[in-house]
Amino acid sequence: MTSQLAVETVDLTKTYDNTTVVDRLNLHIEEGEVFGFLGPNGAGKTTTILMLLGLTEPTSGVASIFGYNSTREPLKVKRISGYVPERVGFYEDLTAHHNLTYIARLNGLSEEMVMKRVSESLDVVGLSEVAGQRVQEFSRGMKQRLAIADILIKTPRVAFLDEPTSGIDPEGVKEMLDLIARIAREQKMTVILSSHQLHQVQQICNRVGILVKGQMVVEGPLDQLGRDAFGGGRFRVEVQLAETTSALVDCIKRIDGVVGVERSGDLLVISCLEDIRPQIAKAIVDNGGLLTQMKIQSYALEDIYMKYFTEG
Amino acid sequence: MQGMITVFWKELADNFSSKRFIILFALVLLAGVFAIYVAAEYIREVEVETQFVFLKLYTTSGEALPSFLTFIVFFVPIVGIALGFDAINSEKNSGTLSRLLSQPIFRDAVINGKFLAGVVTIAIMLVSIVMLVAGVGLWMIGVPPSSEEVLRLMAFLVVSIVYGAFWLGLAMLFSIFFQRVATSALASIAVWIFFIFFMLMLAGLIANMLVPVDQQSGQQELLRNAEVNLMAMRMSPITLFQEAVITLLVPGVRALGFVTETVAAWMLPNPLSLGQSLLVAWPHLVSLLALTVVCFAISYIRFMREEIRST
Repeated sequence: MTSQLAVETVDLTKTYDNTTVVDRLNLHIEEGEVFGFLGPNGAGKTTTILMLLGLTEPTSGVASIFGYNSTREPLKVKRISGYVPERVGFYEDLTAHHNLTYIARLNGLSEEMVMKRVSESLDVVGLSEVAGQRVQEFSRGMKQRLAIADILIKTPRVAFLDEPTSGIDPEGVKEMLDLIARIAREQKMTVILSSHQLHQVQQICNRVGILVKGQMVVEGPLDQLGRDAFGGGRFRVEVQLAETTSALVDCIKRIDGVVGVERSGDLLVISCLEDIRPQIAKAIVDNGGLLTQMKIQSYALEDIYMKYFTEG
Repeated sequence: MQGMITVFWKELADNFSSKRFIILFALVLLAGVFAIYVAAEYIREVEVETQFVFLKLYTTSGEALPSFLTFIVFFVPIVGIALGFDAINSEKNSGTLSRLLSQPIFRDAVINGKFLAGVVTIAIMLVSIVMLVAGVGLWMIGVPPSSEEVLRLMAFLVVSIVYGAFWLGLAMLFSIFFQRVATSALASIAVWIFFIFFMLMLAGLIANMLVPVDQQSGQQELLRNAEVNLMAMRMSPITLFQEAVITLLVPGVRALGFVTETVAAWMLPNPLSLGQSLLVAWPHLVSLLALTVVCFAISYIRFMREEIRST
């Protein structure tokens, strides 16, 4: 059962010269998930990925991919996982096509398959037309797309993308994210996406984990994350009344979707799972309350993230 | 194995298509042409014996003009260094190494493939230049090489390739230890300069320190001093190579090192057979090979243990 997890780490720890970069990390990522691996720079995201790929040895703990131990069976792990490093580089003097054929051959594909896979991958990322150009003429965004093509060559079951959106313009970021989401869907690939820019990642991830100082401070689907972070829902409604009564508070608490109500003077702070302002307004009016004003605030992941950042 | 072969072919293609290689090849080609010119000018003057005329093509030097051999001694290290100084660190800096190592290949495939590609490049370069000199020389002097001369030339090529491999290994070693390409290039060049120019001084210094000599010193002491000097010189791969190839290309060389007059009087002035020459050069060849292996082994171990870091 556990071996069917796409990515699993058990108490994974990495220490460099007395500094603990990754601290007893337990990750469980299921097949087909798009997992957002978030955290500020230097939180240990890249180190974790490198350990999962068997490129760096953990100080203690176990990392495994589809049941293969990353440290002891690195070749098996590398055969089924693709990796796009943060500062991805290509042989600048070679053409895009050449760069990819090299990787295809390193994967031991037959010559026929090499050509087939290379042109398919270039097609998927939309670089077929510039395949014959040298990589040095490519823009940053094109190189990132080439890097995606690069991992598609070996049709991996897991893809690790380390900061795939860094350094490209907003338009490019959107395209990139769409591309990743599409590939994950079409090829049924498990994707682990590391980033420090939340709002970009939140659009395509099923689940996120926030890593601060080597420890996973929070992990789960986005909405649940918000609940954990604030002890409440994703929305906060502030209601100002002429006067507040306990009966009114109880009445509001009974509304579907309300998680909690705080009362301070003439101000009520209601946290809820959905935008239920109409219901709240109705409840107040029904109870004979006098509504002065009502404000709603939704928690973007950004807020959640900021909360952990400041704590970290 | 598959991985190593792929890396090998890619690196070989890179080597041959790089501008660096074209420059080097032009340089070596020039050396060959120059050697032919020198031989054409002076070969008649130095030729006293009629044996091994063909080999003289490679060893003849003019008054101030160096022989082909001298060129090889100087240039092969440069070729080796040029092919290896950025082998690993440039891949690290450009971000291709982590991508390469995340492919399902053993890590040593990268370094083995690169080293092998470099050695083959050096070999192709040397063989073609020696053949070129042979071809033009044949046309010029009209004396075909004897079978022994051909064998000697082949032995010379083998030693030269090992010599080139040593410098390649050294340069690759630096490319693993130093992050910056400029640093590793400079370090390799520094070692080359040290052995070419400063080793001579250093050897003299060591000899004079261990066996001090002055005007009153007897013959025995002078000889010891010279011997220590020579042994110190032999720490340098350049000296090792020089002595080995001289023995191979000049069959008249009967012994390396110093021979007292009393012993020399007993030596016959005729050339050694190939087997005997090889015997004289054997320790040098083995030392050269050992140095190469040591260089490569250190690079290998370091590279295999190195961790890919996020920064």
